[in-house]
Parts: sequence; C-alpha cells; structure tokens
Amino acid sequence: MRLQYPSNIKVIQLPCSGRVDILHLLKAFEDGADGVYVAGCKEGDCHFLTGNFKARRKVNYVKQVLTALGIEPERIEMFNMSSAEGPRFAQVAREFTQKIQELGPSPVKTAKAA
Amino acid sequence: MIVGDSKPLEEILEMIEGKDRVLVLGCRGCVTVCNVGGEKEVGILATALRIARKMRGLPGHIEERTLERQCDPEYIEELADAAEGYDAIVSIACGVGPQFVAERFPAARVYPGINTTFIGGALEHGVWSERCQSCGNCLVHHFGGLCPIARCSKSLMNGPCGGSANKKCEISPEVDCVWHLIVEKMEAMGRLEELERVWPVKNWITSRDGGPRRRVREDLKQ
Ligand code: SF4
Ligand code: SF4
Ligand code: FES
Repeated sequence: MRLQYPSNIKVIQLPCSGRVDILHLLKAFEDGADGVYVAGCKEGDCHFLTGNFKARRKVNYVKQVLTALGIEPERIEMFNMSSAEGPRFAQVAREFTQKIQELGPSPVKTAKAA
Repeated sequence: MIVGDSKPLEEILEMIEGKDRVLVLGCRGCVTVCNVGGEKEVGILATALRIARKMRGLPGHIEERTLERQCDPEYIEELADAAEGYDAIVSIACGVGPQFVAERFPAARVYPGINTTFIGGALEHGVWSERCQSCGNCLVHHFGGLCPIARCSKSLMNGPCGGSANKKCEISPEVDCVWHLIVEKMEAMGRLEELERVWPVKNWITSRDGGPRRRVREDLKQ
C-alpha cells in the first residue's frame, strides 16, 4: 500500500518511541524544524511495554522548555497509532503539517541577525 | 547523594543576558545520578540556550563541558586554560561547584544553574527523598534506622507531635510522619521500650549551628 504524506516531513525511524531523547527533540528545533511529532504505538501496544508512555512524558518536558523559550508548545506533539494503520499515519502527517503551517515558520528560523 | 532541581530556564537566560561566550559546566558526581547536572543535562540546557540565542539573532557561543567532580580542585584545574575566556560559566553541579570554580578563577563570572535541595536517595527512577540533614552526630540506630532530624518536619527527638494523623505529618498528606514509621518499626523489631529513653535537647553545635564546618584528616594531608 502506498500512501501519500506531505513530502516536507522527515521521518526518523526508531525501534520504539521510548528511544526518543529530549536532547534530540530539542536539537531538531535548534536546527530549524518548524514542528516535531513522535509517532508511537497505541497505548498498551508498545513492544517494550511503556516506551510510548515515556515518549509522551518526554514530549511534555520539551513542551515546557519550548514554552519557557517563547516558542508555541503545539510545535511538538505525540501521536499514538498502530503500525498496521497506514492511512492513520498519513492522516496524522497531513493534519500536523497543516497545523504547523498555520503556526508559520519556527521563530528560531525567522530571527534576524542582531 | 546531593539532590537538586534545575533552575527555571527564564532565570538562567536572565543570568547570561548580554554575555557572549557561555560555558555550561556539568559534574559527573551526585548531580549526574539525580539527573540534574550531568553530561546529558548539560546538552539539554546548552541546546535550549542556543535556541534562545538563535531566536534573537544572537551568536550562540554556548559551550558544553562536564567535569569528573566540581568539589575537587584537581578537576577544577582542568578549566585552567579556558575558564577566564568565558563571559559566563553556568555550573549545574551542587552549590559547591560554582563556588569552587569562582574561587579558583577570580575573574570568571560564575552562575548556579541548579538549586541544591537536599541530601537524599532515590525511591524509584525520577523520585528522590530527603534522608539526612548532616547534623554531625548520627543517631539513626536509636530510631530503627529512620532519621527523626531530617524526616520529622519539626526534628522531634522524643516522639510525634499532636499533628500526626493516619500515618501522615500535619504539614501535608504527602509527607509520612516519620514518628509513626519509627514506632511501627521498633514495635515490629520488639524494641518499643527503647523509645522510652528521653533525649535531652540536641547539641546542634555539630550541625550548621556551630558555624561552617571543616574536616581535617592529618593522616591524609600533604
Ligand atoms: S560538585 Fe557537588 S554534585 Fe558534583 S560530585 Fe561534588 S558534591 Fe556531588
Ligand atoms: S541523625 Fe543526623 S547525620 Fe544521621 S541521618 Fe539524621 S541528620 Fe543525618
Ligand atoms: S514499540 Fe514502543 S512505542 Fe512502539
């Protein structure tokens, strides 16, 4: 099954969403990402039991950091989906991209040199 | 270990306002173990500070370094060639760290990046609890291995106050009444009568009340 999802999304594969690191999420913003989301298995379906819960807590931590920096916390989200749900993956990708487009480019990118 | 909390990012941003070259300095000791000041946290804080700089179009000269310990001059010395080249050094060790760095490098502007909170241990991953107040005269063996100084809100030595209810301290339902725990433990050990001993007022001279403390080991001194 081939599904269309927006081409401006860069997918980084991990063995489990629990492997994402706060530092890597922040680095994406440092490098100018307009938005970042973590796609993990449905709650209760993680092969490592609690990886997706840990991922959600890390995403929440990064939301707090972004807020403290004056960046919209909605630029980072966590979504749960089953690996058998291709259409849902594509739909989340489209919806998130659209939300980020509404927020506009990241304030990290738009800053003018002082 | 010594336990601490990150300072709010806003406070750290204010500290380094207008400072061009900044070093975020971690410690591999206690603060690594309590996940507040090790190499990983250095990376996270430095990245957040760089993002803040980028947003304002400022150059991001935010460097990262983590020393073995910040409470030993031999490791502080590793900064010798670099320390005074920074406009700000944010130490995320316990309160000893920024003081040792500032003492060794008198011209350096050093800032504490964490709040040092207590001496304690981990109850589980991500949860720490205060266990010792460094009173300088340990007595926990008289209380079933539970410290009434650090764990009783009033540091009572002769049993609970009237605020002990349902195993909890009157200051908060989150706080165990350590005296409830002491009685339960001593009872289980068949040692209840030991609690009849009346403790006179504790001599706090060995604690902070005797002024700043210093320890000298003649046999170790060079
Ligand atoms: S500087 Fe503080 S945090 Fe680091 S090892 Fe020494 S006592 Fe522990
Ligand atoms: S009795 Fe004093 S030294 Fe012992 S654990 Fe309590 S505060 Fe610490
Ligand atoms: S395997 Fe852990 S979130 Fe999918």
